[in-house]
Amino acid sequence: MEIPYTDKARPDTGLYNAKVGIWLFLASEIMLFGALFSSYILLRVQAPLGDWPAMRLGWPHGLLNIPIGTFNTAVLITSSVTVVMAWASLKMGKLAAFRRYMVVTLVCAFGFLGVKSYEYNEKFTHYELRLKSGEVYTGHLAVNGKHPGFWSLSDIWNLDRLNKEKVATVEFVADPKKESHGAKHAEASHEHVTLKPKVADIAHLDAFIPRNHPFFAIYFTITALHGLHVLGGALVMGYFAFPGSRMWKTKPEQFTNRIEVVGLFWHFVDLVWIFLFPVVYLL
Amino acid sequence: MSLKAFHLVFLSASIVLMMTLSAWCFANYRDGGGTSELAWSGVAFAAAATLAAYTRYFLKKLRHISFL
Repeated sequence: MEIPYTDKARPDTGLYNAKVGIWLFLASEIMLFGALFSSYILLRVQAPLGDWPAMRLGWPHGLLNIPIGTFNTAVLITSSVTVVMAWASLKMGKLAAFRRYMVVTLVCAFGFLGVKSYEYNEKFTHYELRLKSGEVYTGHLAVNGKHPGFWSLSDIWNLDRLNKEKVATVEFVADPKKESHGAKHAEASHEHVTLKPKVADIAHLDAFIPRNHPFFAIYFTITALHGLHVLGGALVMGYFAFPGSRMWKTKPEQFTNRIEVVGLFWHFVDLVWIFLFPVVYLL
Repeated sequence: MSLKAFHLVFLSASIVLMMTLSAWCFANYRDGGGTSELAWSGVAFAAAATLAAYTRYFLKKLRHISFL
């Protein structure tokens, strides 16, 4: 039995099946990301803008690497251009050009994920240290001479674990002091200081991970969900660029429609990032 | 909405984002930031201009493809 409207549009709607399907799916995705964006913005506007970690109730500002975020934005914009060019190449009957553009899109997708993992590594190995004397620092931790790694989640330390494993002292390389809000950049220090606090003197110690602060909780939830979408889109594009492209020989119109649907999904994923970047990195 | 129309929506959002980033970096520079802030502002503005030029090229290249 032949399924109708897989290559030609329905006369009443002017759309083929897959296009209706992808837009219904994207509508549900808008609700998913919309809920997370609303949560972020509500948490953000309800918290005072503080010089975290000195003011722990405040919303952390300046913890994310803006040049890296901007680079990743450029990578995703480039991938949107190449995915459209891939689709346009099929419209003009050029399969080889389609494949070339898809390969560039895939490189961009995996490049984005690589840079994101680097950013995650930076966060998972970064710690907040609060001493009982009231001093607070952010920086990198070494326990028994070893620096905790990103890929082994069991390697993340906190005060409970230090006490449980009877660690007496830790080494902490504190970040240079950042400028406070409204202060001039020149007032910031550039020196790293190495501290060796006793565990008994520590009031709080934890990495920049979801349990530490609502900012990290919502940051990791939204960006990880977005990253999973990037990975999913990349896998589908990889399939269509190579084994799936056999369909071009038998059903070129249906294949071109499938690439358009993939392109619509990819644009949605990129559009989410276009909103995510200013909200999470700049606000 | 076709991929062509959605691409235009995406490009418009990207141009607005790059203009915003440029203004944000320039505001930081005026608040006492270093020359790198000014350079970033220029780069973001150039990116917005490039995207606008690309939008024109794209519309010309794909003029035979429907917006639906």
